[in-house]
Amino acid sequence: MRELLTRLRKASSLRPLWWQVGLVVLSVLLPLPLNDYYRSVLWRTGLYVMLGLSLNIIVGYAGLFQLGHAAFYALGAYTAALLNLYLHIPLLLTLPLSVVVAALFGYLITRPILHLRGDYLCIVTIAFGEVVRLVLVNNLFGITGGANGLCAIDRPVLFGFELRQPIYHYYLMLIFLVITIFGIQRLEHSRLGRAWMYVREDEIAAEAMGVDTTRVKLLAFMLGSGWAGLAGALYAGKITVISPDMSKFMESVIMFCIVVLGGTGSIPGVFVGTLGMITLPELSRPLKAWRDAWLGVAMVVMMIARPEGLWPSRRVRLEMRGEKEEALTVPAAGS
Amino acid sequence: MQFIQQMINGITIGAFYSLVALGYTMVYGVLKLINFAHGDLFMWGAYLGLTGLNVLLALLAQASAWAILPVVIIVMVTVALAGVLVERVAYRPLRTAGRLAPVISALGVAFILESLARNVYGASWKTYPAGITPAGGITIAGSVRVSVMQIVVLAASFLIMGALYLFVQRTRIGTAMRAVSLDHDVSRLMGIDVDRIIAIVFVALYYGSFDFTLGWVFGLKAFIAAILGGIGNVPGAMLGGMLLGIIETLGSGYISPQWKDVIAYVILIIILIVRPTGLLGERVAEKL
Repeated sequence: MRELLTRLRKASSLRPLWWQVGLVVLSVLLPLPLNDYYRSVLWRTGLYVMLGLSLNIIVGYAGLFQLGHAAFYALGAYTAALLNLYLHIPLLLTLPLSVVVAALFGYLITRPILHLRGDYLCIVTIAFGEVVRLVLVNNLFGITGGANGLCAIDRPVLFGFELRQPIYHYYLMLIFLVITIFGIQRLEHSRLGRAWMYVREDEIAAEAMGVDTTRVKLLAFMLGSGWAGLAGALYAGKITVISPDMSKFMESVIMFCIVVLGGTGSIPGVFVGTLGMITLPELSRPLKAWRDAWLGVAMVVMMIARPEGLWPSRRVRLEMRGEKEEALTVPAAGS
Repeated sequence: MQFIQQMINGITIGAFYSLVALGYTMVYGVLKLINFAHGDLFMWGAYLGLTGLNVLLALLAQASAWAILPVVIIVMVTVALAGVLVERVAYRPLRTAGRLAPVISALGVAFILESLARNVYGASWKTYPAGITPAGGITIAGSVRVSVMQIVVLAASFLIMGALYLFVQRTRIGTAMRAVSLDHDVSRLMGIDVDRIIAIVFVALYYGSFDFTLGWVFGLKAFIAAILGGIGNVPGAMLGGMLLGIIETLGSGYISPQWKDVIAYVILIIILIVRPTGLLGERVAEKL
């Protein structure tokens, strides 16, 4: 198993561009022979890959524990739905606003708790997630529809063409996913991306080297939250019914597990994690009653056998295994 | 009068929070791990208690308050053993694996326990058979009513908390536990069997599981209580639990029951922003 994964990883690093183009072509062709149910499963996979990628910025790159990520997903969906239902703004136009609102909440919520670390941060984010859910359930300002949520949201309309079939939503998701992955790859190797990893590895050292850790961490939270908001708005556009359950703790846990089981800080890892947490359980409906138990077993076994995740980024793997990065072939002085 | 009544109700709920919070605080003190499975084990205690009571009542063919006693003992032993098992299987192999891995593993255990409970007992609410709990009560100062059950709960909680406090402060094992919570590696050097101590913590903490409220929310509340008092601190957990119970009851009495949980979470957030060490906490420098 491990060898297979290593080989896959090597293959993926051989010619990144060809590999990526091939994947996109495959993703475009994949739903064509399938029926609507499987197309919806594919769409759901795409949705959670996007959520996983957004959380990956926070947990994977910056190393901050966020167990309330579903709150921003819900906030994005509610923003889109409220703008659409009350102000009749077309759904596609609400997307950027959902991103902005979710990112804004990300800023407001995380700004005061940024000094916390590890478990404490984890607990506060859980509490915030629950507060968002309860506020939506309790129907603050009387516009969120209480425990039933909101329904009859318009479907997205593109140049006068209403997206009804699952396959159109799948393609819409695919477009956003390609943009997301491109952006995140660029981000990973940017100055900001390197600063995130620096903070993750050693915050004090990063600060000493002149990295503004507060700003860097805030940016991770805002970008991650905003992107989760986008995923929420896309969800509202396909399902057309949203409820406070989107902000359930369970949702946050699933997103967290997608990132960690796949391999923190790794983009292919998010895909693998989503396959394990969402796609496979979805396809094995008969086993659904026992799904959570199997997920639990998988989580425990994974952490004991392969804590760096199924498809980890190289740097995280070396770090978790306590190994040194392969030395560059520079002979020591004098030898 | 309403105020005193609310206070008494709040203290009763607070006593439960304190008991569960003690479990969190002791595990966290020793393992530095948020034991997400704690609330679920607690829930299992309630379900097992229900099954035990039903079986016993069927045998006795007559409702009796004394039926509770053997059931409580059996449930305590079973759940404590389950706790030890969880520690063995899911936490011990991860002792050296950093902080992320044990958190995921604990969540995994919580998933397993919850899913098992749902499949075995079904998703509907379960109530304990009537006629078990002593009815009646006393009325003091005109209109304030204290039920016999409340008195029993309070007496039992204080007894358990007192015993636990003495255990941690006075006995050899308790001292060893406190040493471990201060410094893992050094105490290992000092010849203390860390693994055994941790197992004993898991046994000790389930001396409280005989209520039947649901696992997750209750677990989170208890954790809030533990943080409120100062995590890793036994008297702190008691104080935190009581305070949380009182504030929650007053909040739902005077504001609205709907916002009860929100109040608890907001308290947690404020405490962590303003004073992350909790009310009685000493030093948690590495978490700041």
